[in-house]
Amino acid sequence: MRKLLGILFVLSFLSPKLILANATPEHAGENTEKLSAEEQKRADMSEYVKHHTQDVHDFHIFSDNSAGKHYGFPLPVILWDNGLHVFMSSKFEHGHKVVESKGNFYKLEHGKIYKTDAAGDLKLNEHGHPTVKAPLDLSITKNVFVTLIMAFVLFFVFKGMASSYSTSMSPKGAAKFFEPLVLFIRDDIAIPNIGHKHHKKYMVYLLTVFFFIWSLNLVGMTPFGVNVTGNIAVTFTLAILTFIITQTTANGNYWKHIFWMPGVPVPMKIILAPIELLGVFIKPFALMIRLYANMLAGHIVLGSLISLLFVFQNWGAKGAFLGLTLFLNIIELLVAFLQAYIFTMLTALYFGFAVEEHHDDHH
Amino acid sequence: MEKLLSEFSVGLFFWQSVIFLALLFLLRKYAWKPILNAVNEREQKIADSLELAEKTKAEMQALQSQNENLLKEARAERDAIIKDAKETASKMVEDSKTAAKVEAEKVVAAARQTIEAEKAAAISELKTQVAAFSLEIAEKVVRGELASDDKQKALADKLAGDINLN
Repeated sequence: MRKLLGILFVLSFLSPKLILANATPEHAGENTEKLSAEEQKRADMSEYVKHHTQDVHDFHIFSDNSAGKHYGFPLPVILWDNGLHVFMSSKFEHGHKVVESKGNFYKLEHGKIYKTDAAGDLKLNEHGHPTVKAPLDLSITKNVFVTLIMAFVLFFVFKGMASSYSTSMSPKGAAKFFEPLVLFIRDDIAIPNIGHKHHKKYMVYLLTVFFFIWSLNLVGMTPFGVNVTGNIAVTFTLAILTFIITQTTANGNYWKHIFWMPGVPVPMKIILAPIELLGVFIKPFALMIRLYANMLAGHIVLGSLISLLFVFQNWGAKGAFLGLTLFLNIIELLVAFLQAYIFTMLTALYFGFAVEEHHDDHH
Repeated sequence: MEKLLSEFSVGLFFWQSVIFLALLFLLRKYAWKPILNAVNEREQKIADSLELAEKTKAEMQALQSQNENLLKEARAERDAIIKDAKETASKMVEDSKTAAKVEAEKVVAAARQTIEAEKAAAISELKTQVAAFSLEIAEKVVRGELASDDKQKALADKLAGDINLN
C-alpha cells in the first residue's frame, strides 16, 4: 500500500516536469521579440492544451518544435468506407499528406479523418470546418490503445490476485492492496445501495467499472497526455451499460414507481409518469457528463497551468505556478479516485432502485 | 452541445464497448468470482471459528462450573465421612467404656459377694471356735472354782446371794 502511494506521489511530481518537456520549448532571450511572437506562443499553448485532451491517431510522446520533429509511434488506422481500409497513421505524416487506400483518398485534419480527393481539398466552409464526408473511423486511436493496455494490466493484476487466494486464505502481494478496495466496493457501495439480497449479481460490473475508470483516470495523470475518461465516447459507453443493466434487471416495483407512482392521487400519478420516465434517461446522462466533464476539466486546468509557466518570465511566478501545478496534480490524483468512486456509487444506487422491493411505509 | 456531438467518436465508442465487455467477462471468470468466493469463504471460516471459540468457551465454563460442583460435592462428602467416622469412633469408645464399666461392676459385685460369703463363713467359723473356746474356758474356770470345798461353798454362796438379790 505504502509502496504504491509512494509511486503515485513520485508520479505526481514527475508528470508536470515531463509535460514541461512536451510543451513548446522556451527560447532564451525571446522576451525581446515582438507581440506577434508572444501571441503565436499563446496560440501554440492553447493548441497544446487542446491537443493533450483529444483523442489522436498516433502515440505522441514529445515534439521538438525547433527541429519540427515529433517523437512517438504510429497506430493503425481502420476505416470502413464501402470496404475495410487499414494502414498505419504514420502515412498521414501528422496531417501533412493525403493517404490513398484502395482508390480512396483520406486526409487527417484536427484529429479527424476525411474523405477527400487526391489534392486533399477539404472544401472548408466559412467557419473553417470541412464539409467533405468523414468515413466510419474504427481506428486503434491513442485512447483505444491505452484502454487496451490498461485492460491487459487490470486483467493480469486481478487474475494474479485471484490465484494468490488458491495458496493461502490471507491476501498476498497485490491482493493486500486491492482486497480492501474490493471489500470497500462490496460493503460500502454495493450492499448499502442495492441490498444484501441482490448485490451479488451486480458485483462483477461494479468492480470492473470502478477499477476500469480509476486505472484510466490514473493513466491520465501520466505525462503522455492520455485523456481516456475525459472523452465523451468513453463515458457514454460506461453510462449506456449502466442504463442497459438497470433497465434489464429492473423488477415490477421499479416500473410501477415510474409509470404509476403508488401512494399519490391519480392526477399526480399522471404528472409524475413523464417526469420519472425522463429521470430514467437523465440518470445515466448525468453519469456520462459528470465523469467526462470532471476529467476533461482537470486536464485542461493542469495543461493551462503548465502553459502559464512559460508565459511568466519572472522566476518567482514560475516557482509559484510550479507549486500550484503540483498541488493540483495531487488534487487530480484524489479526483481520479473520487470520480471512479462516484460513478460506481451512483451506478450501484440506480441498480438499487431497479431491484428495490415493495415497502408499505415507503412514502 | 453541437461541439460535443461532433467530437463524439463512433469508433472509440465501438472499441470501448468491445474492450470493456471483454474485460468484464474475462475478469468475471478469472478474477472477481474466485476473489469474491475466496473472500466469502474466508469470512465464513472466520465467522465459524469465532462461533466455535465462543461455544468452546461456554463449554469450558460449563465444564469448570461442573468441576467446581464436583469438587464441592466431594468436599462435602469427605466432611460427612470424616464426621461419621468421628462419631462412630467416639461411639465405639463410649460403648466400650460402658461395657467395661458394666463388666467391672459385675466383677466388683461378684467379688463383693464372694467376700461377703467368705466373711460369713469366717464369722460362723469364728463363732463356732469362740463357743468352743468359751466352753473350754468355762470348763477350766469351773474346774478351778470347784477344786476345793471352800471354793465350792463360796460359789454356792455367791450364787445364793445373786438369787436373793433377784
